Amino acid sequence: MKRIYVEEKWCLACRLCEYNCAFANSGKDDMVKALKGAKIHPRIRVEQAGGISFAVSCRHCRDPLCQRACISGALSLKDGQVHIDENKCVGCYTCIMVCPYGAIMPSEKGAVQKCDLCMQNHNGEPACVAGCPNRAIVYEEREDEPCAM
Amino acid sequence: MRYVIVGSSHAAVGCVEAIRERDPQGEIVLFSKEGHRPYSRPLISYYLQGKTDRERMLLRGGDFFERMNVRAHLGCAVAAIDAAGHYVLDETGEKTPYDKLLIATGSVPFVPPMEGLEKVQNKQGFLTLDDALELEGRLNPQSRVLIIGAGLIGMKCAEGIAHRVQQVDVVEMAPRVLPAVLDTEAAALVQARMEKENIRFHLGTSAERFDAAEALLKNGEKIPFDLLVLAVGVRPNTALLEQAGAAVQRGVQVDEGMRTTLKDVYAAGDVALSHDSTDDDKEKVLAILPNAYLQGRVAGLNMAGGQDRLPEVFPMNAGGFFDLHMISAGSTRGEEIRVEQETGLKKLYVRDDKLVGFLMLGDVERAGIYTALIRDKTPLHSIDFALIAKAPQLMAFSGQERARKLGGKAI
Repeated sequence: MKRIYVEEKWCLACRLCEYNCAFANSGKDDMVKALKGAKIHPRIRVEQAGGISFAVSCRHCRDPLCQRACISGALSLKDGQVHIDENKCVGCYTCIMVCPYGAIMPSEKGAVQKCDLCMQNHNGEPACVAGCPNRAIVYEEREDEPCAM
Repeated sequence: MRYVIVGSSHAAVGCVEAIRERDPQGEIVLFSKEGHRPYSRPLISYYLQGKTDRERMLLRGGDFFERMNVRAHLGCAVAAIDAAGHYVLDETGEKTPYDKLLIATGSVPFVPPMEGLEKVQNKQGFLTLDDALELEGRLNPQSRVLIIGAGLIGMKCAEGIAHRVQQVDVVEMAPRVLPAVLDTEAAALVQARMEKENIRFHLGTSAERFDAAEALLKNGEKIPFDLLVLAVGVRPNTALLEQAGAAVQRGVQVDEGMRTTLKDVYAAGDVALSHDSTDDDKEKVLAILPNAYLQGRVAGLNMAGGQDRLPEVFPMNAGGFFDLHMISAGSTRGEEIRVEQETGLKKLYVRDDKLVGFLMLGDVERAGIYTALIRDKTPLHSIDFALIAKAPQLMAFSGQERARKLGGKAI
């Protein structure tokens, strides 16, 4: 299965991925209208310290602890991808407690949010990947699948 | 192959899903004394609060049994297990033979003897959907509700009904709320948050005796009420397994593969004992939900012929009250490291170069990175602990480890 992988040596810490993610999931068709002056809530987050930076988003683990621990059944696995049903989520944050990557986060709506590989919006492919100027984030199949345990 | 499952909550669902991963054909028969399709029990307080509804509470949607090809007997309790004969006897007297059996009967409320309790007409527990529906049917905007117990069940009940009734009083024998989950400092913050919603606490005391609509507390207070909710505690529902001759000590003894001491009989969820990896692997009842699902899953994989083992298990709780979030995990036995926060509270517990526990209140973002340190027993000298203590982050790991976590690179 294709997943998002990150090469930290190519990351410029430009945070375009964060902006592209927030825009892709904003439901708006104009980036300026969607993001200008707004506090963004991207599902991918850049960590930066010293000269090192890299983006973190849901790994879509093959043994997703978040989905197994979810108390409401809001997290589900479809074709290996971990999806959140915001309508079922009650915001208990059990998934935040168990995700070893810190890749599930509170949202403004009360439910949690996470990367869904841009499957729910109309982007077609992950917006963070498409917009990364240095190919520090790629979307491809690799042999070593991320796991949660 | 015929699998029989007793229970229909998270452990049972985990078991069904795991069996079907390995065995699409085998016959699965499920018994549940509850007359509902699998729903999330911890959501009953959210239901009363209006944050979910009965349809959305269904764990895997309404057609789970059909999709998984499970023959479900809902509202039908199992009365006995005949381990030698390899069959269960249900309450209608019907015998159902099994090749592999899972007991996932969860917990039952524990009600200590209390003087005068029999005089109270409107009293109930708060564990199941039926309890929530009963409570909903009884309460009205003028109701005064008395809750005995400020554990997770009593506190969630209080939160769920606070805006639907006139008054909520909570009595707790311990000197703080959530005594099993929080320390004094954190408990005080949660209590203060709840008090803003007109929930009143009576701590360090208990009910001396009840009259029909009034409780007299040991501290001399008298509390009038219309409804009484008993949330003192729960204990593993081990009756079936005990009668069948399985080894039971508070909870049912299971091995790493969730096998009981009876051949072909497995147990998972609140009914089973676990080994707390943050407390010298002591045997405990860890009645927590992620554990229930994982145990059910391991049982199911093994019932279908696997040799799977339960991963490291330790106490953990996520939740919150009126948007004050809290996450705690592991043990508080160790050096306490208090991390100053802009808001809320954070404490880490370190023992023998390992993180063994933490408590976060308020800002809980990325808490799972701490949970993973506990589970993996990561030597703290191998990471930048000062950095990760400040905020959970992957930056604290080595470049090689990050490449493995995020880059799909094997080490």
